[in-house]
Amino acid sequence: MYAFDIERPTTVAEAVAALTGEAQALSGGQTLIPTLKARLASPSKLVSLSGISEMKGLCASDGVLTIGGATCHADVAADGTFKALSELAAHIGDPAVRNRGTIGGSIANNDPAACYPAAVLGAGATVVTNRREIAADDFFQGMFETALDDGELVIAVKFPIPEAANYQKFVQPASRFALVGVFVAKTSEGVRVAVTGASNEGVFRWREAEAALSADFSAAALDGLTVAADDMIADLHGSSEYRAHLVKVMTQRAVKAAA
Amino acid sequence: MPKDDGIGAATLRREDVRFLTGAGQYTDDIQASGEAVAVFARSNVANGVIKSIDTSQAAAMPGVLAIFTGEDFTEVGGNPAGWLINSRDGTPMHEPKRPVLAHGKVRHVGDAYAAVIAETKAQAMDAIEAIEADIEELPAVVNMKEALAGDTFVHDEIGTNQCFDWGWIEDNRAATDAAIKGAHHVTKLELVNNRLVPNAMEPRSSRAEYHRGNDEYILHTTSQNPHLTRLLISAFVLGIPENKLTVIAPDVGGGFGSKIYHYGEEALVLAAAKKLNRPVTWTADRTEAFLTDAHGRDHVTTIELALDKEGNFLAFRTETLANVGAYLSNFSTATPTFLHGTLMAGNYTVPNVYVNVKAVFTNTAPVDAYRGAGRPEATYSLERVIDMAAREMGMDPIALRRKNFIKSDQYPFASAAGLEYDSGNYDALMDKMESVADIAGFAARRKESEAKGLLRGFGVNAYIEACGIAPSNLVGVLGSRVGLYDAATVRVNATGNISVMVGAHSHGQGHETAFPQVVADMLGIDATSIDIVHGDTSKIPFGMGTYGSRSLAVCGSAVVRATEKVITKAKKIAAHMLEVTDQDISFEDGIFSAIGTNKTVPFGEVALKAYIPHDFPLDQIEPGLEETAFYDPANFTYPSGAYCCEVEVDPETGKVRVDRFAAVDDFGNVINPMIVTGQVHGGLGQGIGQALLENTTYDEDGQLLSASYMDYTMPRADDLPFFKVDHSQGTPCTHNPLGVKGCGEAGAIGSPPTVINAVIDALQSGGKNVTHIDMPVTPHRVWTAMQNA
Repeated sequence: MYAFDIERPTTVAEAVAALTGEAQALSGGQTLIPTLKARLASPSKLVSLSGISEMKGLCASDGVLTIGGATCHADVAADGTFKALSELAAHIGDPAVRNRGTIGGSIANNDPAACYPAAVLGAGATVVTNRREIAADDFFQGMFETALDDGELVIAVKFPIPEAANYQKFVQPASRFALVGVFVAKTSEGVRVAVTGASNEGVFRWREAEAALSADFSAAALDGLTVAADDMIADLHGSSEYRAHLVKVMTQRAVKAAA
Repeated sequence: MPKDDGIGAATLRREDVRFLTGAGQYTDDIQASGEAVAVFARSNVANGVIKSIDTSQAAAMPGVLAIFTGEDFTEVGGNPAGWLINSRDGTPMHEPKRPVLAHGKVRHVGDAYAAVIAETKAQAMDAIEAIEADIEELPAVVNMKEALAGDTFVHDEIGTNQCFDWGWIEDNRAATDAAIKGAHHVTKLELVNNRLVPNAMEPRSSRAEYHRGNDEYILHTTSQNPHLTRLLISAFVLGIPENKLTVIAPDVGGGFGSKIYHYGEEALVLAAAKKLNRPVTWTADRTEAFLTDAHGRDHVTTIELALDKEGNFLAFRTETLANVGAYLSNFSTATPTFLHGTLMAGNYTVPNVYVNVKAVFTNTAPVDAYRGAGRPEATYSLERVIDMAAREMGMDPIALRRKNFIKSDQYPFASAAGLEYDSGNYDALMDKMESVADIAGFAARRKESEAKGLLRGFGVNAYIEACGIAPSNLVGVLGSRVGLYDAATVRVNATGNISVMVGAHSHGQGHETAFPQVVADMLGIDATSIDIVHGDTSKIPFGMGTYGSRSLAVCGSAVVRATEKVITKAKKIAAHMLEVTDQDISFEDGIFSAIGTNKTVPFGEVALKAYIPHDFPLDQIEPGLEETAFYDPANFTYPSGAYCCEVEVDPETGKVRVDRFAAVDDFGNVINPMIVTGQVHGGLGQGIGQALLENTTYDEDGQLLSASYMDYTMPRADDLPFFKVDHSQGTPCTHNPLGVKGCGEAGAIGSPPTVINAVIDALQSGGKNVTHIDMPVTPHRVWTAMQNA
């Protein structure tokens, strides 16, 4: 770790004011701190978001669950209002990760194997920043890339609670990130299917499955579909063909569990 | 005798109080004022010529005290291999110099070529980044077959990547070839025994002090055998006189073999401590551990099993390529040879065995003994090919093994691979396994799994291993450059409590609990009044340390011999006190009695008398009560076992889950059954980890792809089932005084083939014609095998 300064604002306004130049926002730190320890990043200043109470907590109203950006996974897991989301949060990392890591930090980082991006995209959530509201479909822009501008913070995520939903994760055995994770949500406007872990482009929607499931919300509706392996990740833990295969298997399992 | 803490008692581990309450003292916990910190510059290429190293900028950085490169160690010796292996043609193995710091070339990613000593670790790390090393990258040698065929050499001066070409037993070669040629059936299998990273919880750490006043050194280090480390540093590397160097291995957080060996970092901190006249400390980070701890296994083997039409084994023949990495680590030449080839007859009466091993240099981390060391490789090859033969011949895998087992009335048994097994009863182990595992219920469980869409498989294994390493006369003939005895001193203090100084080192094994149980049992006193002293060469007798499941069988036997000497001496003192002759004294339950009288004296009073010898006949009895014994075993010990497991395979994803596991072992007599069970649990965890999870992957450039826990899969609790462990079928070792065999490695030896046999059985039950999958059997590998079936 190299030396850095740290600021601990207590309001969003203070945080935004502190995020100048080379400053780096620090939420739960579950990715950033190991990166710093390995000397793979050298920000001159960290701005901690963990003391900002207006960015914490969950609130359900009119079928929408709003989660503060600095809310840790353990709090989402314990909530239960949006069961599939709470179950997803309950299986991120280990207890230490879940008690430090935050939803805002996770989606701002947009690790291609993280779980939360699948839920945000799969549920059709809206990301609230200090400047605007961004639809999930516009927020994720490829591996580790998002629509966030410099100095823009995830203040909250607004989830419309679906009629039925489920997340199925097939873990990469070592990291236990998603080798393939699929979030399926059935809403009044149709079915959404978001896939994490699998693609070189990061989280994506499987549109063919959405169409088939919107017509018939059953695992069998997917029997005739295949997933192209072209853009899938290939690494030590699985070939692109294996990941493509798992996308379908996990989607079918999510549909069965949601139904 | 207090039966509740003597031999056979499941006494709780006393050292756990220390470990579990944060009171352990590990090398990195030791701190003193004036301490400086070492950090190493390590190669990020697998093979390269060091053109130049410019340290001038780094040397001027804040806090930097000294910088070392390979140039500073050209006058000192290399870190040697402990065994000299001769090739089949009689020529000795190639043994390149292993320097303290790389000189001329770097030979694997992580090879250290410079070290910075600074006031703080952060300053040393900053200075490392300022070293300008011009290293010209060369093509790397990674794959063993390519290493033998190509013309890129890890060591140019040797001119080949083959370290040796060893045959065992060369005189059996022709008969084995003939038996295979004429056999009714031959099963042939090529398999990989996957490379493992040892992953001790505590990374390696070394800390040196130099005392100018008397020219003495103290090295605290993470070692399984401090005397061996001292011997290597003194006799081979730095030349520090042994009596000027104290090596202390304090609490050590696991070793699994990786901390047997002397490493260059130990020599570096010693040299730096003298140069600076300050304590110098170094602790590896986890990445350094992945890159530089001696790895385990890494064999590629072709094995053939010849059978007659009734299923009698006629011959085993194997050809193995064994990766030794870039340099020869201390036991690296013994592990694939005498700890492997000698076990290739297994538990069987097979008359012909021939083993060929070619050791191969590659641009990878050194490979050496890791929990089991050679015996897991032997067992895996044997028990996989036997399983495959049973399937090919339509025979029951248990029946086929039983048909070829050595029978209980055949001991001592001279195996076709050159060892004399002293005791065992493999049928009894198999009987017990069949009952504890409820094999009868398997068919019903398979149906239940199938109803869930899962494939259930059953796998079985029988193993034998050789431990209690080792008879010095035998290993001397086989090429060992050291003896493998051990030593103990039993010091009875004046107030009757006892310190036992042992050559073995405990880094998870529970010696501090088990060894006192032995002494307590023999002396009839409370075990809590007995303490073990280990790990400090200035306090303990010259012992060879802990590895190869040897501590109890070898060092424990030395403890017995030393305690016997104490009893003999104490009887003399008691005879004097009771005014009878030595021959008229009996000793039982801590009480000395004059035979035929009612006169007695307890052990404690005899101990006190030994140190207050006012009325001793000094021409007949020396004061004091302290005895030392060295014990050199007459033979290896031969633990054996019958294991089985059941797995469920998800045919959609390839995921394997171990559902049930039974391990029935013959460890001979058991001193502390709770500790033995724990040792088996740990071994099973590592063996199942090898079978399903752990893989060490270098790419073709020699970069370690699995260099962190993000990509190297360690077994976790939820990867493992509840184990059924049984050691009720022990047959005592016939040649050591405790009748013990050793339990530390068994689980890691017996479990990998058990799991793989079960996975193959599961896939076959699902109609998949899969006959073999190399470890680790990851979901991706299982799925791929099913796609290709």
